[in-house]
This record gives sequence, C-alpha cells and structure tokens, in this order.
Amino acid sequence: MLDIKVAGPGCRNCIELESRVKQALEELQADATVMKITDYQDIAKAGILMTPGLIINGKVVLQGKLPTVGIVKGYIAEAANGKSEK
Amino acid sequence: MKAQDVPGALSAGSGGETTQAAMPHRNSGLGRFLLMGIPVLALWIAVYWILEPASKWITFDLAGMAADSRLGMAVQFFIFESPKVLMLLLLVVFGVGILRSFFTAERTRRMLAGKRESVGNVLAAILGVPTPFCSCSAVPLFIGFVTAGVPLGVTLSFLVASPMVNEVALVLLFGLFGWKVAAIYAGTGLAIAIFAGFVIGKLKLEGWVEEWVYQTAAGSGMDGEEHLSWKERIQAGLQAVRDIVGRVWPYVLVGIAIGAGIHGYVPVNAMAQFMGKSAWWAVPAAVLVGVPMYSNAAGIIPVVQALMEKGAALGTVLAFMMAVIGLSLPEAVILRKVLKPKLIAVYFGVVALGIMVVGYLFNVLF
Repeated sequence: MLDIKVAGPGCRNCIELESRVKQALEELQADATVMKITDYQDIAKAGILMTPGLIINGKVVLQGKLPTVGIVKGYIAEAANGKSEK
Repeated sequence: MKAQDVPGALSAGSGGETTQAAMPHRNSGLGRFLLMGIPVLALWIAVYWILEPASKWITFDLAGMAADSRLGMAVQFFIFESPKVLMLLLLVVFGVGILRSFFTAERTRRMLAGKRESVGNVLAAILGVPTPFCSCSAVPLFIGFVTAGVPLGVTLSFLVASPMVNEVALVLLFGLFGWKVAAIYAGTGLAIAIFAGFVIGKLKLEGWVEEWVYQTAAGSGMDGEEHLSWKERIQAGLQAVRDIVGRVWPYVLVGIAIGAGIHGYVPVNAMAQFMGKSAWWAVPAAVLVGVPMYSNAAGIIPVVQALMEKGAALGTVLAFMMAVIGLSLPEAVILRKVLKPKLIAVYFGVVALGIMVVGYLFNVLF
C-alpha cells in the first residue's frame, strides 16, 4: 500500500492537487493512504520549498507545480512498481 | 480554468532519471513545436499590428462613434488595449514558463547558500524574478532558505523581488507604458529588493525570527535533479499560459475597462493636483494607500496608466504600483508565522522607504 502525502497550507493549487491524487488513485484502482500536511513546520521538515508538494512513500516527487492527473498516475505507478520489485 | 489531462501533456515520470531510457526520442517534440510555432508566431505578429487600425475602424466607422466623443475614446481604448495586452500576456507568459523550467527553488537555494551578504542580495533579487513563486509558498521557502544557510537579509531580498518584479507586471507596463517604464520598474524593483535585504542583514535581526524556524531540520527535498526535455519545457510554457493567463484575464479586462472610462471621461490634468509632481505628500500617500490594497498587477496597472495620462507624475504612479504589488497585508499575515511582528514592521518599513525614495527620485528626474 502506498503512502501519499500532499503538502500545502490550503491554497488553491494544494486543494486541487489533493483531488487530482484521489482521481488518479480511483482511475488506477490503487490502494493508498492520502494525508495532507498543512502545518508549515511539517512542510519544511518534509523538504518542501514550494507548495504544493507531493510525497509518495516518503520521497518528494514533485513540488511547486500542479501536475495533471496523468502525471500523478505516472508517479503512483512508478512508486507501486518500484515497491514490488524489491 | 483546469488543466485536465491534455493529450500530450508532460509525460509521466518527468522527475526521475530512470524514465529517461524509456524516452528515446527526447527532442522529437522540439522540431514539431518549432514547425507549428513559427506560423503561429507570424499570425500573432500580423494580428498585433492590425489591432490599432482595426479598433479605430470598429469604433468610428462600423459603430459610427465620433472620434472626439468621450464614449468613442473610451470604447476605442478598450477595443485596442484589451486584445493587445492579452496577446502580449500569452506570448510572454509562454516564454517565461519555458524560462522558469530552468529555475527551481532548490537550485536557487543551492546558489544562495553560504553566499556573502552583498553578492548574495544582488543574486537573490535577480533569481527572485525567474524562480517560480506563489505567496502560499513564502513560509516553507523562508524556512528552507534560512535553515540551509542562506542569510536572513539575502532571503528577504528574494522575497521582495519575487512578487514585485513579475512577468505579468512587466507585460502590462510594456504594453501600456512602453519599454522604458517597464525597464525602470524592473530596475528599481530589483534595487529596492537588494537594498531592503542588505539593510535588514546589516541590522542583524535574526533574533526576531520565530525561534522554532532555526530549530527546524528542513528536509533536503527532492533527490536528484529534474531533467526536462525541450518538449517538456514547451509544455511547461503552455501550462503556465493556462494557469496564469487563465487566472488573470478577468482582472485585465476589468482594469482596462476602468482605465478606458478614465481615459474617456476624466478631464486632462484632473490628477495633476493630487498625483502631480508639485504635491510633495503624494508619494508617501500613494504608498500608504497602496500597501493595504490587495490587487495584482493585472488589475492595477491599466488604471494607473490612465491616471498618468491625466497628469499624475511617473514617480508617484511607480510608488503606488510597487506598494500595491510588492507589499500586501495578506503577505504580512502569512509571514507572521515565521517572523516576529517587530521584524515584519522593519521589513515593510524598509521596503516602503525604498519605494518612496524611488517615487521621489522619478518625480525629480522626469
């Protein structure tokens, strides 16, 4: 199961990213926990400089821009495959 | 405007090096885009050149308004300026979107970490322009910068320059005022950012940053650089157009409509009395009024341009624009999370002072 975190204090792009992540998961029928990081200190600790940030399994895959659903799906698929290979 | 799954949007794993091997034709997109881009650009230039005669023809011949009537002047102004500014926006935002794909906050941070103050301030202000920035990123960016060893003053130079000198403001200034005013705005905006950061750095105010900031062990962020192909950079440019132009076009139209109203209906020199050169208090008043006003460049610049036509002085107008765009109360509220009120007051005070100096300087020079 994937551990996905969306980092952002609640701006427009952050909310949009979260809904795109959910849509991507639905389309892929992937199993994942989606959490939001809204506290600034936690965002900084995660290594995010620009919001929104996308963290999959503890790895920052994207920050400072809003990806399309297709790109999010790519990241999710990549993380899921990487995991099964181990 | 939502950027949904567009056919051919950024390919899946643009962030990882592992995906490179899976994309053998990395540059195939560039040729195709150039092939499509050149006719589009030619069309753009052709349309741009006929805008002014076309606007006159529509207003005065087709609609039959008198060229010297107030309504006619306002309508022609609107029909000419709004497509002109929107077209400039499309082109420049696309270009800046591509340029921005070369700059990330992390790369900027690496370049600034450990820099000496004076050099660092200049570099931070310059990098603040192309590095993508939105106000909700100000806090994580601030923490990430100072904990990575970027001096406080240098970080603040970045935070001043980034919103103040932005592509939307520069396009509007270029389109409505001409390249000289756009260049003056960019130059003095950078100078203020450098000056404000330098002064705050010299005052050694690190103690006025909230204590927890320096105790935060900020993560290192993404491992590995992002390697983008030209195709991806061009798509980043198109994405920027969708995001930015999609967001600001209503403000541009409203701003130009108000500007058109002023253009047609306010008598010439009506503004000279309160926004002219002779009124010494105009510059500080413009800054005081400008700071709490929260508008973006797209909404405010067309209005200000019309005011200048009616006798407002350039320095006063510049000061007002900079105060509106560069300093805002919502930004102060966001920064309050990491800066103590005293430091916010100094930050706004120093920047406002810089803006006033620029205002007076241009009122004296021009």
